[in-house]
Amino acid sequence: MRLARAHVLIGVDDEARLAGVEDVIRLMSTALEEAGLTDEVQLVETGTLGVSGHGVVLVVYPEGVYYGDVTPEDVPLIVEEHLLKGRPVGALRLPSAAPAVRPAQVYERQRRVVLRNCGLIDPGNIDEYVAAGGYEALGKALTQMSPEQVVAEVKNSGLRGRGGAGFPTGLKWEMVRRASGGPKYVVCNADEGEPGTFKDRLILEGDPHKLVESMILCGYACGAKQGYVYIRGEYTLSIERIERAIQQAREYGLLGEDIMGSGVTFDMEVRPGAGAYVCGEETSLLESLEGKRGWPRMRPPYPVTSGLWGKPTALNNVETLANVPEIIVGGSDWYKSLGTSACTGTKVYTILGHVRFPGLVEVEMGTPLRTLVYDLGGGLPEGRTLKAVLVGGAAGAFISPRALDVRMDYESLRDWAAALGSGAILVMDESACMVDMLGSVLRFFRHESCGQCVPCRAGTDRLVQLLDDIQRGLAAEGALEEMERLAAVMQVASLCPLGQSVILPLSTAVQSFREEFVSHMGGDGCTVCEQVREVAAR
Amino acid sequence: MAGKLDILARHPRSEDRLLAILHDLQEASPDNALTKDDLTLVADHLGLPLSRVHDAVTFYSMFSLRPRGRHVIRVCDSPHCHLEGAWSVLEELKRRLGIGEGETTGDGMFTLELSSCLGVCGVAPVMMVDDEMVGKLTPDKLQQVIDRYREGQ
Repeated sequence: MRLARAHVLIGVDDEARLAGVEDVIRLMSTALEEAGLTDEVQLVETGTLGVSGHGVVLVVYPEGVYYGDVTPEDVPLIVEEHLLKGRPVGALRLPSAAPAVRPAQVYERQRRVVLRNCGLIDPGNIDEYVAAGGYEALGKALTQMSPEQVVAEVKNSGLRGRGGAGFPTGLKWEMVRRASGGPKYVVCNADEGEPGTFKDRLILEGDPHKLVESMILCGYACGAKQGYVYIRGEYTLSIERIERAIQQAREYGLLGEDIMGSGVTFDMEVRPGAGAYVCGEETSLLESLEGKRGWPRMRPPYPVTSGLWGKPTALNNVETLANVPEIIVGGSDWYKSLGTSACTGTKVYTILGHVRFPGLVEVEMGTPLRTLVYDLGGGLPEGRTLKAVLVGGAAGAFISPRALDVRMDYESLRDWAAALGSGAILVMDESACMVDMLGSVLRFFRHESCGQCVPCRAGTDRLVQLLDDIQRGLAAEGALEEMERLAAVMQVASLCPLGQSVILPLSTAVQSFREEFVSHMGGDGCTVCEQVREVAAR
Repeated sequence: MAGKLDILARHPRSEDRLLAILHDLQEASPDNALTKDDLTLVADHLGLPLSRVHDAVTFYSMFSLRPRGRHVIRVCDSPHCHLEGAWSVLEELKRRLGIGEGETTGDGMFTLELSSCLGVCGVAPVMMVDDEMVGKLTPDKLQQVIDRYREGQ
C-alpha cells in the first residue's frame, strides 16, 4: 500500500448514495488531482461511518475531522482549506458532541468486533481486507484446526444467533455436522426486513469479505460445500458488493476447489428476495430459495436436519456470522470476556427517531438501554422529553422511560428477548401517540402476513379493525381486552414467528400506556390522531 | 422475444433461479410487469408447471402481473417513517398524482405502491422510485421528484 500524508474516508452506503455521494467522490478526485495532491492524499471509499441523518459524511485523517452533509459545492473548499492549507472547515464539521465524532469517547463505550473494519477499509478491495487481518481466521482454521475444533471453538465462545431467537450457534453447527445425509448447505439470512433495522445491510456494504470468510468457515465446520446468501431484493448495493467480494475471493483461490491448498472445497452464490417480510423467517426463506412462494414450513423437522432441498442446512444471520472470524483469531476465551456470562460478545444497534445523533453502534451484550439512548444516541433534542422506546422493530417491545435501565441481553429482556435480534431502537418523544404508533405496527403485520395460517391472516386484520375503532373513539367496551386475547391466541396458534410475535408490541404498548388507549376510547381528542385522520380524509 | 431468451440463457435450469430470472425479465419489461407469456417461458425453461411459477409470482410484492407505470414509486410506511410523517407524504403524493395506492397514472408514467421498511431510516420519511431512494421527503421535494421523472423520460 502507498503511504500518504492524509486519508479521506468517504462513507458510501445507501443513505450517502441518496445524498449524491457519487458526485462528491468524482469531484473530490478531480480536485485532488488539480491541486497536485494525488500522491499525498489518499481517497478511500468505505462503508458507513456510523453517522445517520447527515447525508454524505467523510472523515479526514490523521486529524480525525468529520464533515457532514457534504455537497459537491463544498468539495473545493475542503480540498483547498483543509487538505492543502491544513485548516479544517469549521462550518462543515459535524457537531463535536456527536458521538461518532469523538472516537475516543465512543470507543470507550463501544466495542467493535463485528464492525471492526466498517468505515475504515475499502469494501470493494480484497487486499485492504487482507491487510486488516482478513482471511487470517480462514488460514488458521484450514491449516491448524479440524472442523470439529472450529465447531468446539464457536460452541465454547457462547455465541448465540443474532437473528432473534438467540439459539447457540456452535450447537447449531454441531447438529448440522452430525446430521446424516447430504450434500449439506450453508445459508446466510440477509433478508433484513424488520422495520428500523439496517445493521446487516451496513455490514454487507461495509465489510462484505467478512461475510464471505465466515461462510467458508461455516462450510468447513459443518461439512458443506455450497453456500447461499439470501438478500432482500431492495438491497441493490449490498448485492453488488457481496457479488464483487465473491468474485475477488474466487480469483484469490479462497472460494472453489482446494482452498489455500487445503483440499477443502466451498463456493457460494447470492440469491435476491422479492419483497416478502415473512422470508426473514428461516423456513420461509428456504422455500423462497428453492424458488417457491415463501410460506413457512411446519417445524420440526428443523433446518439443521432438513433444510434446503430437505438436506441438513446451517442457517445463520449476517451479524452472527460476522462474529466468527474474530472468535477463531482471538480465541473463544477472549470472546467470552465480552458481554455477560450468559450472553457473550457484542450487539450491533441502529439508534433512530427523536435522538440527537442517530446511527449505528456496537456495544457489549448487557449494556443498559439508557446508555444506548442517552450516551450513544446523544439523548433527545433539547426541550423534548422521552415518551417511549420501540426496541426490535415492529415485532418488538414498547418500553417506557421507567424501564430504561433494562440491560440489553437475552436473559435480562426475558419475555422480550426476540426483540433483541433486530437491534432497532426507535426513540419517541411526547409528540408520538402510542395508539397511532401501534396502529402503524399492526397495519404492517396485516400487510406482511403471508396468508397461510388462519390465526395470523384473520387475526392481524381483526386487530387493525379494533385499533381503528379505538383511534376513532368508536370502540365498544372491552375492545382492548379483545385485542389482547386475540394476540394471545395468535401467539400459540400461528405457524411462524410473524403471527406469534404480534403480542409483543401490543401487550407492551397497552401495559405501559393503557390510559392513552382508554382516553381514545372515551372519544377524548388526540392531536396526532386528528391530524392523521384529517390528512387521510382530504 | 430474443431479449427474453437471452435473459433465460444466462440462468442455469435450476428451480432456485426462479426469483432471479423473474427479476431480470421484469426489469427488461417496459411496463414493469410480467406477462403470461413470460411465465410460460420461465416454466418451460425450468421444467416447472405453469401453476408453480404463477404461485410464486403472485406471492412477492416486487412482482406484478398487471402492467405498471414506467416508474414505480414505493412509499415506506414502517413505524419509523410513520413517526416522521409518512402518512402525510403518501396522501400528498396521492393528491398530486391523482391516483390511489396500487394505481397507475393515466399517462402510464407512475404507479404508486406501499413498501415495508426500505432500511434507510436515518432519512425518513423515504420512498423509492425504481432503484433510486429519495429521503427526507417534503411536499416540495415530492413535486421536484415527480417533475424530474416526467421531464426525464
